Parts: sequence; structure tokens; C-alpha cells
Amino acid sequence: MDLAAVIFVETAYAIASLILVSMGLAVVFGMMRVINLAHGEFMMMGGYTTIVAVKAGINIYIAILIIAPFVVGIIGLVVERLVIRHLYGRLVDTMLATWGLSLFFVGIVTMIFGNTTTGISTPISGFQIGDYQINGYNFFIIVLVILLLIVMYALLKGTRLGLIARGTMQRSDIAAALGYDPERIYMLTFMAGSALSGLAGAVLAPLVGLVPTSGGAYIAKSFITVVAGGPSIITGLISSAASFGFINQVFTFGISPVVGEVALLVAAVILLRLMPQGITGRFFKGKL
Amino acid sequence: MQSQMIKSMVGPAFAAILIMCLLPVVLETYTLTLLVVYGMLGLSLGLIWGYGGILCFGQAAFFGLGAYSYAIAAINIGESTVPVFIGILVPAVVAFLLGAMMFYGRLADVYMGVITLVFTLILFRFMNSTAGPDFVIGKARLGGFNGIPGYQTLNVPGFPDEYIYGDALYYLAFSLLIVIYLLLRWFLKTSFGRTAIAIRENEERVELMGYDVRIRKTLLFSLGGGIAGLAGVLYANWAEIVTPGLFSLGQSAEIIIWCIVGGLGMLVGPIFGGMLIGLMKFLLGQQSMIDNTLILGLVLVLFVLFLPKGVVPTVSKWLPTGRTKSRKRRRKSQGRSRKSEA
Repeated sequence: MDLAAVIFVETAYAIASLILVSMGLAVVFGMMRVINLAHGEFMMMGGYTTIVAVKAGINIYIAILIIAPFVVGIIGLVVERLVIRHLYGRLVDTMLATWGLSLFFVGIVTMIFGNTTTGISTPISGFQIGDYQINGYNFFIIVLVILLLIVMYALLKGTRLGLIARGTMQRSDIAAALGYDPERIYMLTFMAGSALSGLAGAVLAPLVGLVPTSGGAYIAKSFITVVAGGPSIITGLISSAASFGFINQVFTFGISPVVGEVALLVAAVILLRLMPQGITGRFFKGKL
Repeated sequence: MQSQMIKSMVGPAFAAILIMCLLPVVLETYTLTLLVVYGMLGLSLGLIWGYGGILCFGQAAFFGLGAYSYAIAAINIGESTVPVFIGILVPAVVAFLLGAMMFYGRLADVYMGVITLVFTLILFRFMNSTAGPDFVIGKARLGGFNGIPGYQTLNVPGFPDEYIYGDALYYLAFSLLIVIYLLLRWFLKTSFGRTAIAIRENEERVELMGYDVRIRKTLLFSLGGGIAGLAGVLYANWAEIVTPGLFSLGQSAEIIIWCIVGGLGMLVGPIFGGMLIGLMKFLLGQQSMIDNTLILGLVLVLFVLFLPKGVVPTVSKWLPTGRTKSRKRRRKSQGRSRKSEA
């Protein structure tokens, strides 16, 4: 019974962290068809921002939830203005340019912070379920992800801003004809996506030892999750993260964490082979 | 036709041999061998990307597979001739299977990118986790993160004690690169090669003309995998150790950067790109002021933004020799016909 509870929490956590890691990329790719391969580095910079802020004596929750998204959002804005904006509509070129950016950021952070591991401790302590110890911070992540998803859905579906954003992504020429500036909307969307990446990196920062190359660990996972999710942003994200998280945990508990990782990757290959347009390319069509 | 083709190859062949003999004057052959390996690896991606339109994010996987297959086979056999062929064959077969899976499933652009990337990651994760004594192929321990050291390096076929190393390895590698280059030039003139280019230009049209696009793309992909494998074999002989780092994402990224920098849609471009970036990394490695990755990243961004065609096509535009002119004219007329299609 205890073990079942632990497994349930761990699975929910695995799914939540996949969603968290992929969210920023999902916004940028799902809405703008821009693959941001520097996504992992945005997360890494969110993590570093948090650590620097906490070490400067700022409350950890303020550092995670406000400062890190803000700083990385600004970085995203600069990147969009300088690089991405010239490359809209050229999928492969954006991929290559953002890959270059990711190397660039790794280099800069290495020069500033050095090639050493830094970290902070988690603000919530663990607790017991029967014989097992569970990390309390995992619950924080699960709740946060649920809240983020609700806010995202409400924002896109319920507000005028979300409507304009979705309209621009579908037909930027019509949006422009109606008097909205697509350039500005793209810019803000990219900024929002970057801020989400920064937030994700910040939330995960207490759990991992951060090095400048940490981003590489996230990018593949998030890339796979988002692409396998397909055209719908939120539904796609949830459905693919749920399937991959579940498969990962089954194999992790059944055999070993390494096999779990490999199983996730193999599952992604098989899934894309069966559904080349992603999950929401076949099911849940037309959902957000 | 046949004799004309041979004649058209004599010039480049002589130029290449001349370069091969002149380069050791400037740099040590030890460094040059690595540059040649990079050039060959660049060429393998340049072939499938520039001529087949297949952007593979996992070319490093075939490079690493070649190196690993060679190392494992060399430990088990103790003589290098057969392992070299195994090192080419294994990646080619794997590329064939992976390509068949992708192209018969009609996966394209991003989705293909994800699959090749994931494939590389799987190999990377797997090789990193093979540290224990359980992971053995024949007599070879896979060694996990530490890789496999101490295998038989290249020797004269039939004489296991006559090692080929140092200067000899350089000349051998460069000769192989020249041979592959000339073979590919010939290959692209055959009907198979021409169809491959046609597929890059317009896949649907080629299919409507009755060609089987899927098998052609798969075969081209496999050919690229084999060449990357040979580069891996040479690398294994140069480094004398193979590690999982060969499969890393950084390695894959670098190969793509070489192609972009050198120039796509031509064979010389990626070779040149690989050698140039390799040289740049070598020179940058001698200073510690600025981080190496930072510059590589900056180079890639700037090239995508300002010089998306690459160095070689841009430079050859400025050189007013007869051949480039005719090429330019051809490209112009191509551009025109493409426009008229649209």
C-alpha cells in the first residue's frame, strides 16, 4: 500500500516535471513553429539566476517565481530581437541559429561561473509514508504545474490577449489587417516562452547540481515531448508527457533508471513512427 | 561520356594530392590527421543533407558506431583489416535500418530530426551505463564512461606488427578522403545520384515520375552512415581510445556547423568546413581567455544570419575562373526555372 502510494506520487512527479521542462518550448514551438534549441540553456540560466539571488539573501520563492522568469524573459526578448526575428518561417535555420545560441550561452556561463557544480538546498523537507521517504518539494512541483496549466489555458482561451495571440499564430496577415502588429505579438510570445523556461529551470534548480552544460539534459526530453505532443499546445503537452512519464516510471521501478530513460526514448521513436504528426495530430484534434 | 568524366576528375585529384603534400609543411601531421577525419565526417553529412535533403541530427551516432565497432572487433580479432570493414559495415547497416524506418514512415523535417537525435541519445546513454563487467562483447569490455582503450590499431593488411601511425596514418587518411570524394563525384553523376538531387528539389514530382523515393533515400542515408563510420574508424586509430563522448549531442551539432560554414550542396564545402572549424578549435584550444564553445556558437549564429550559403560558395563567386562562371550560370538558370515553377 505504501509502495503503491510512493509509486503513484513518483509517477505524478515524473509527468509534472516533463510538463514543466517542456512548457516554455511548447509555447514557442506550438504557437510560433520556432524550435528553440537554446531552451535548455534558458532553463540553465533560470537556475543560475535563482542560485545567485538566493545567495544574495533573497527569499527563495521570490527568486524562483519572480526573479528567474523575469531575467530569462528579458534575455529571451533580446534574443528574439537580435536573431529569431530574422528567421521566422525558416524552421531549419531557426533550429541551427538557436543551437548556436545554446553553445554561446554555455560558453558565457562557463566563463562567469566556471565549470563547477553549484546548488542550493530544497526549501521543503521530506516526509515519511510508511517505510518510504518522499521529497516534499515534489508536491510543490506537481501543484505548481497544475496551476501553470490552468493559468495558461485561461489566458489563451479566456482573455482578449490570448485570442489575439492565437489568431496571429494562425493567420498573421489577417491579424495585421485587423490592426494588430504581428511582430510585437511574436516578440511577446517568445518572451513569455522564455520566461516559462526560466521558471522551469529555477524550480528544478534546488533538485540538481547545476553546471553550465545542464541545459543539454533537458533539451532532448522537452524537444521529444513537445514534438510528440503535436499541434495542440496544452492537450498535446499533457498527453505526451503523461505517456512518456508513465513509461519512464514503469521501467524505472521495474528495472533501473537507465532503462527507464532508454525506454522513454524508444517509446518516442515508436510513437513518432506510428503518429508522424504527434499525438494531437491524430487524437483530440482542434483542442487547445 | 565515361572518358570525359575521368578527365574532369584529373584536375581535382591532382589539386587534392598537392594539398595533401603541402599541408604537413604548415602543421604537424598529428593535428592534420584529425582535421582529415573531421573533413570526412563533414562530407558524410554534406552528402545526405546537401544532396539528399535529409537533415540528420545524429550523424555522430554513425561516427561513434564506426569507432566502437572497430575497437571491439580489433580487440577480438587482433588484426586490423577485417575490423576496418566491420567499422564501415555496422554503421551503414544501422543507418539503413534507421533510414528505412523513417523514410517508409514518411517522416520529414522536425520529426526526422527528433528521431535521429533520440537515436544518438539512446546510444550515448547506453554506452555510458556499460561500466560493469557484464557488458562484454567477445573479449572487449565496453567500459562505460571510460570507453575502450588499448586495442590493435591500424596495421599493414596481413602483418599485425607493422603499424600504420603518425605520418603514414595521415597520408592514408587523406588518400581515403580523396578516393571517397572522387567516388562521390562519380556517384552523383550516375542516374541514382541525379535522382537523389531531384528528390531534394521536389520529392512529390520524382515520385509521380515513377521512382521509389523511399528506397533511394534509405540507400543514400546508409551510404552517408558508412562514410561516417569510416571516419570513426580513422578517429579510433588516431585517438587510440573510444569513449561515449563520440555519441554526444555536441559532436552531432558540430558536424552540422561544419556543413553550414563550409557550404551545402557541394562536396568540397563540408570537407573544408570540417577542417576549418577543426583548425579553429585547435588554435582556440591553445588560449584560455575565451571559452571555446562560446566562439563556436557565435560562428554558427552569424553564419545562419549573414552567410547561410557557407564560405566555399561565397568565395568561389568572387573568383572569376571559367568553371565557377559556368556553375553560376547554371545556378542562375536553375533559380529562374524554380521561380517559373512557382
